[in-house]
Amino acid sequence: MPVPIDIAKVARLARLALTPDEMEAYGAQLGAILEHAASLQALDIQGVPPTAHPLPMLNALRPDEVEETLEREEVLAQAPDRDGPYFRVPPFMEDE
Amino acid sequence: MGYEAVIGVETHVELATRSKMFCGCPNGFGAEPNSSICPVCLGLPGALPVPNARAIEATVSLGLALGAEVAPHSVFHRKNYFYADLPKNYQISQFDLPLCRGGHLDVEAEGGTRRVGLTRIHLEEDTGKSTHLGASGRIRAAEAVLLDFNRSGVPLMEVVSEPDLRSPEEARAFAAELRAVILALGISEARLEEGQMRFDANVSVRPEGGSGLGTKVEIKNMNSLRSLQRALAFEAERQTGLLSAGGEVEQETRHWDEAAGCTRAGRSKEESSDYRYFPEPDLVPVALEAALLDRLREALPELPAQRRARYAALGLDAGAARLVAEGDGYGPLLDAAVAAGADPRQGANWLTGEVTAHLRRLGITLADAPLTGAHLGELHGLVAAGRLSATAAKEVLAGVLEGEGTPAEVAARRDLIQISDETVLEAAVAEVLAAHPAEVERLRAGEQRLIGFLVGKVMQVTGGKADPRRVSEAVRRAAG
Repeated sequence: MPVPIDIAKVARLARLALTPDEMEAYGAQLGAILEHAASLQALDIQGVPPTAHPLPMLNALRPDEVEETLEREEVLAQAPDRDGPYFRVPPFMEDE
Repeated sequence: MGYEAVIGVETHVELATRSKMFCGCPNGFGAEPNSSICPVCLGLPGALPVPNARAIEATVSLGLALGAEVAPHSVFHRKNYFYADLPKNYQISQFDLPLCRGGHLDVEAEGGTRRVGLTRIHLEEDTGKSTHLGASGRIRAAEAVLLDFNRSGVPLMEVVSEPDLRSPEEARAFAAELRAVILALGISEARLEEGQMRFDANVSVRPEGGSGLGTKVEIKNMNSLRSLQRALAFEAERQTGLLSAGGEVEQETRHWDEAAGCTRAGRSKEESSDYRYFPEPDLVPVALEAALLDRLREALPELPAQRRARYAALGLDAGAARLVAEGDGYGPLLDAAVAAGADPRQGANWLTGEVTAHLRRLGITLADAPLTGAHLGELHGLVAAGRLSATAAKEVLAGVLEGEGTPAEVAARRDLIQISDETVLEAAVAEVLAAHPAEVERLRAGEQRLIGFLVGKVMQVTGGKADPRRVSEAVRRAAG
């Protein structure tokens, strides 16, 4: 059974402008993926602790030490637009 | 009907680590724009984050100081949203497995102490900084936005309180106390004016004394203790007005407009599920060892409340105890002064009075001043022995702060030592009495107010260096 999804909302959250045709096509594809994932819910996982990561590893941390940074000019040269030492981007609103 | 506010506060604190949260870029305020950037904090493809152990320890230290439970197993999550100052399009944060849960902070409130519960303390990363260009800084009409990613990835600790606060004043007191604890721990400089500590708050109102909860509104964007209090006062009044008029409060996020002094409805209706939190696949879980927790617990310093209580027990009034406990470097200095023989109350008076005022005049902080606890002990000794007047003691403090040497050296150089030689004093008194026979006669006839006149004359001939109390005694003896 296909899983119902609000494809318009998913597209809006991902900032994708989809045409009605695309919505229909992607909605069906995403539904099929979710349907497949939903089959996992049939498994009995009583007593299996939740896992946050496939690796059996903990505490991969680093000491608080300063390392080398990138050269600003090199980085800014690759940006579409700049203003002095800043990246320059089109205006956006606070709560969009 | 009266209404009361029900308030919970979320506090974001930038931690004072050397490097950023997930990369080795320097974490420092005021560097050249975009000078502390690397593939990780710019969100470049393929870059991998590695958590800063010190940031985790700092967060856990605060949890331990506030009686929180440190999670045996903690996980970082991705919080997904789009904003130009967030280059990865997600923020690494924590969701259902924060580093700390529970705990509490006691706040001095009107009519006693309020115990404010903590929901959680978690760790995340700060965003870059955006500057909206043009149209005199008005966001809605900006022509372009400039981005500086130095702040991107700076460790950001979030402390979430339970809705246990009952007034804007209490919320402010809570924030101030939390700041004092953070400063005592040394985990952040917590400079409000530099955005190192920022507040969001949830507020609802309900009929006074009620137990239910009204519809809550989240207020964002408060960057000072004062704006926290003002925003909450405005919002509580707005909601009270709505309910009193038979209206309803809409659940929403509002933004505090500092200049206009009001909150405004935000446009965002995003809910928690819209952030599509999921475990950060680039990071493995954190499970701190008991030995590390023991080490952090043992390293906890005396906290502000404990320090205030200790000073109150030494006889300081509540105001002085708070000033000394929270002034940067004041507590250790007073402790050293008391150890060197100073009277605690006298020492606190000097520190909060003359020392603070003179530091301000000199434009330096206590840390930069050459004043030590031994100096204060010595100064106390000079005053107690009658060799310095209270007024002269203040001048000596000024001299010490200006680097003129120890109190004894300053007093000698500035010629402030009182005459302690009894024969010198007696001679001065005899000289004055001999010069004013008529006044002495009238004093002997019972005109007591002439004592003041004669003491004044003795102070004159001694150049103000006699102890007025002892001069007065000597005049009475000689004339009596």
